[in-house]
Amino acid sequence: MIGSTAQQEALDAAGRLLRELPPSAAVWCSGLRKRYRRQTAVDDVSFTVGRGEVVGLLGPNGAGKTTAIKIMLGLVRPDAGEVLLLGRPATDPQARARVGYLPELFRYQPWLTAAEVLTLHTRLAGVAVPAQERHECLALVGLADRARDRVGGFSKGMQQRLGLAVSLVARPQLVILDEPTSALDPLGRADVRDLLLSLKERGVAVLLNSHLIGEVERVCDRVVILDKGRVAASGTLLELLGRRELRLTLDAVSERAQARLSSVGELTRDGNTFTVTLPADNDQTTVPDLVADLVALGVRVHAVEPARISLEERLLDILRAGSGSDR
Amino acid sequence: MTARAILVIAALTLQEAARRRVLRSLAGLTVLLLGLSAWGFSRLDAEFGEFTSGESTIAASTILNLVMFGLSLIAALGTAFLAGPTLSGEIESGIALAIMTRPLRRSAVLVGKWAGLVIFGSGFIAVAGFAQLLIVRVTLGYWPPHPLAGLAFLAAQTTALLTLGMLLSTVISPMASGIVAVGLFGATWIAGVVGTIGEAFDNVGVARVGTVSRMLLPTDGLWRGAMNSFQHPALAAQISSGIGESPLLSMTPLTTTYIGWVALWVVVVLGLAAIAFQRRDM
Repeated sequence: MIGSTAQQEALDAAGRLLRELPPSAAVWCSGLRKRYRRQTAVDDVSFTVGRGEVVGLLGPNGAGKTTAIKIMLGLVRPDAGEVLLLGRPATDPQARARVGYLPELFRYQPWLTAAEVLTLHTRLAGVAVPAQERHECLALVGLADRARDRVGGFSKGMQQRLGLAVSLVARPQLVILDEPTSALDPLGRADVRDLLLSLKERGVAVLLNSHLIGEVERVCDRVVILDKGRVAASGTLLELLGRRELRLTLDAVSERAQARLSSVGELTRDGNTFTVTLPADNDQTTVPDLVADLVALGVRVHAVEPARISLEERLLDILRAGSGSDR
Repeated sequence: MTARAILVIAALTLQEAARRRVLRSLAGLTVLLLGLSAWGFSRLDAEFGEFTSGESTIAASTILNLVMFGLSLIAALGTAFLAGPTLSGEIESGIALAIMTRPLRRSAVLVGKWAGLVIFGSGFIAVAGFAQLLIVRVTLGYWPPHPLAGLAFLAAQTTALLTLGMLLSTVISPMASGIVAVGLFGATWIAGVVGTIGEAFDNVGVARVGTVSRMLLPTDGLWRGAMNSFQHPALAAQISSGIGESPLLSMTPLTTTYIGWVALWVVVVLGLAAIAFQRRDM
C-alpha cells in the first residue's frame, strides 16, 4: 500500500517535470548534409527556430536555403543529419500536422477554385476548419472576392497570395515561407510584412527565406546566414548588427573634448564629423551624458545622429569575408 | 489517417479527370466510335440480310470484338497518358510540393491517385462497353455469353496499363512514361499475335513468345480473356482450322491462376512505384 503511494507520488512528480519543461523548438535541425552528384548543396547545417520566433534565412543564390527547407519538410532526403519539427522527428509525417509551407515554386491545382484548394488542404491536414474561417484566411491575403474563381485564371501574384493562405489555413504552429514575396507588388509585400507581424503576435513560429533584406530586418528576431551550403553566421539582429555608432557634427573641439569622445568607444574623424562606436550594452545614459559633457567643455554641437550598420552591409561583409578566406 | 488521405487524393484525381479536357475528348472519341459502330452494325444487317442466323452471329461476335478492341485502346491510351503526368507532372510544376508537405505518407498519395484513375478507367469501360453491347443487341440481336466478366477483364487491362504508367512516371518524364506504356501495350499485343501463329503451326518457341509476354505485361492476356467472354461459344467449335486463332478470337477462357497472377502483378508494380516515389527528391 505504502509502495503504491510512493509510486504514485513519483509519477506525479515526473508528470509535473514534463509539464514544466519548455516546449520543444519549432524547428531543430542538426548536421544536415546533402550532395547532388558532385555538388554539395547543404553541408553540416544546424540551427533551431524557437516557438513563436521569426527566423530569417539569408544567403546568396545557390547557398542551399531551399534545399535545407526541403530537407526539413521531408521533400528531399538528406545524406546525413536529423530534423525535429515541433518536437517530432521529421521522418514521421505527423510532424507536419501543424506546419504550413509556401514553396518557392508555388502552383496549385488549376482546375480547382481558390476556396476548394483551401478545403483540400484542411482535409489533408486532418483539421476541421469551418468554412467561415477558411474564407477569412482568403480575405487575409486579399482573395476574398476570388474564392469561387478557378486557380487556372490567377496571375502569379494571386497564386502566391493563395499559397500564403494555404500555408496558414490549417492553424499552423510553424510556418515555413520560401521567398513569399517573389511575385508580389510593393503593396503585396507590405501585406506580407503585416501578416508576418500578426503571426509573431499570435506566437506562430516562422522560418522566412527571403532575398529582401529589409523585409527580414523588419520582422525577424533572428537570422541564419547560409553561404555555399554552410552556416556562415547566425544570431539575433542585435548580435549580428551589434556595432551601433553615433555620428556627431561638432565645432571647437578641444583636446579634452576629443578625449571625452574617445572614452565612449573607437573614434574616427572626418573634418567636422566625428563617429564613435557605442558599446554593445549601450544604456540610455551614454549619449545624453556625452552630449552634456561636450557642451560643458565648450564644444558647439550641430548634429547628433545614431548610425547603424544595415543588415545588408553586414551580410555583404560576411559573404565577402567567406569568399576571401577561400582564396 | 492514411485511409482518409487515400480517399481525399482519389476524389481529387477523379475531380481532375472530370474537370480537365481529358474527359471531354475521351467522351467525344467514344461517342464517335459508338456512333460509327452503330451505323456499321445496322448496315451489316441491312446489306447482308440473306445471312443465316449462324453466320450473322459469327459476324456480330467478331465485329463486336473488333470494336471492343478500339474501346479498350481508347481506355488504355487515355489512362496511360493520365497516369504519367499525374505524378511527375505535378512534381515538375510544383503542385506536389504543397500536397506532400501535409501529414501524409507519399505511398498514400500514390495509392490515392492510382485508385482514382482505376475508378475513372473502370467507369469508362463500364459505361462505354455496356453501351456497345446494347448497340449490338439492338442492331444484330447478339448478346455475349459473359458480358460482366468481359467488361471486368477490360477494366483490369486498363488498370494494369495505368499501374505500369505510374511506375514509369516515377523514373522517367511524364510524356515519355505515357509513350513507353502505350508502346509496351502494343508490343505485347503483337507478341500475343506472334504467339498464336506459333500455336497454329505447332512451333513451341514462337508460341512461347506470346506466353512470356502475357506474363510480363498482362494486358494482352486480359484482352484475350475479354474476347473469350464476348464471343459466341459456338465460334470455337466452328473454326477449327490452323488459322483459327486470329487476333479477334480467343479459344480459351482465362484460368484462375492467371487472374491471380494479374492481381499479384498489379500489387508488385504498384509497390515498386511506391518505393521509387518514396525515395525521390522533389
